[in-house]
This record gives sequence, structure tokens and C-alpha cells, in this order.
Amino acid sequence: MHRFANPARFLKIARPATAILFWLGAGLAAFGIYWGVFIAPADYLQGESVRMLYVHVPTAWLSLSGYAGLGIAAFAALVWRHPLAEVALMATAPVGAVFSAVCLATGSIWGRPTWGTWWVWDGRLTSMLVLFFLYLGVIALARAYDEPGQGAKMASILALLGLVNLPIIKFSVEWWNTLHQPASITLSGSSIDPAMLWPLLTSALGFGFLMGAAILMRMRALIAEQKVSARRARMAAA
Amino acid sequence: MTQMDYVLAAYIVAGAGIGGLLLWAYVAMRRAEHEVKELKR
Repeated sequence: MHRFANPARFLKIARPATAILFWLGAGLAAFGIYWGVFIAPADYLQGESVRMLYVHVPTAWLSLSGYAGLGIAAFAALVWRHPLAEVALMATAPVGAVFSAVCLATGSIWGRPTWGTWWVWDGRLTSMLVLFFLYLGVIALARAYDEPGQGAKMASILALLGLVNLPIIKFSVEWWNTLHQPASITLSGSSIDPAMLWPLLTSALGFGFLMGAAILMRMRALIAEQKVSARRARMAAA
Repeated sequence: MTQMDYVLAAYIVAGAGIGGLLLWAYVAMRRAEHEVKELKR
């Protein structure tokens, strides 16, 4: 891991990886959605509205795993002061915020025909909204200081504190009475029919690659912006 | 509204959100990397 903390080495890998992740992700996500919306069967209980599964669930999984990644980057930034860890932190936060916003919006749209309401303040929905606000908080704190290092440090602390929300989201459907259904896919197996499970896993993989591509693009942009600032500072001093 | 209208709305929202994110990330990256090249000249 330390070997890749060098920005030059990272960029050498990130440049081809960005294009590969983007095109693979776009292809898999499009195929998974087509499979889910046009080929997979409707649900016996929910009918056609179950087709929102193929975008809502992948964005939910990725919002959570994106925040776990944010926590790892924050830990590395605070403890080892990796040059790339702060960049990864600041690159992941807006990407995770968009994925969690899409998860909340698609969940709300799914809730209307299924539960009869757009929103309810129960454990799962509220803890997911808190996750979205945590992402926004990390973005805001990272930009709140004139000294960029101080902003990244405060954002890292918030990101680490926010990790406590991940098990709350995961177990909210078991701890509290909620309209949201419990997990259908666990470590011990899946209760989803394979006709729906495979398109779900395909679109989740596709969205995962797209998220990876977006994070790499943001990291490359931030590294380039740092280079521009450093070069301008040197030119001003000369 | 039919159930398929809600499905369509969900995919439009997701497409706009994730598509917009990717477009923003790409444009910002190209602009920043172009600026580095310009400064090196």
C-alpha cells in the first residue's frame, strides 16, 4: 500500500485504470439494468415496481462501502500521513454523497407505490440520510480552512467518527420496527430468486466500476490542482 | 401513475445523478490536467 502512496506511481496506474473502469462499468451497468427492467420477471407481491431494485440496491451498497473506503483513507491520512490518503478522502466524499443521494431519491420513489408514502422517519431511512449528511460534512470541513492540511485533518476526524453510522444502517431493520424490508442478501445466502439476483449483481458490479472511475477522476483532478498551485507558488516566489 | 412510471422516474433520477457526477469529474480532471501541461510549457 505504501508503494502506491507516491503520486507519480499512482498516476501511472490510474490513467489506464480510469478508462477501463469507466467503459467496463458503463457496459455492465447498462446490461444489468436492461436485464433487470426488460428480461427479469416482476415480483409476485410488488409487481413492476420491483424493477427499481437494480439501481436502488447497488447505490445503497456503494454508499456504505464508499464510506468505509472514506474511513480507511481518513485513518491513513491521520496515522501515516500518506500523500495520497488526503486526496483519496477528498475525492471519495462527493462521489459517495451523489451515490447516497441517488439511493435516497430512488428509495423514496420506490416507497410511494409500495408503502404509500415518499418518506418515513424510521431507522433505515433516517440513518441513510445521516450518511448523506456525513458525506456533505466531510466535503464542507475539508474546504473550511485556509490551510488545506488542517481541513483534511478535521475532515478525517469527522469521517472516522461517522463510521459508527455504518452498523446502525446495517442493523436498523433488525433493531427497530420499520417499513423497510430486512436484508435479502446476507453472508449465509440470498432469498432473492436467481432470475432477479444475477441482473442485480451485474448492475451492482457496473455501478461499482463507475464509482471507482469517478473517484480516480477526482483524485487525478486534485493531484493536478495541487501541482498547479505548487508551480504558481514557485513562480511567484522566483 | 402506473408502477412503470415510478420505475422510469427512478432511472431518470439515477441517470441524471450518476451521469452528472461522471461528467463533472471528467471535465474537472481534463481541465486540471490541461492546466498542468500549459504551465509546464
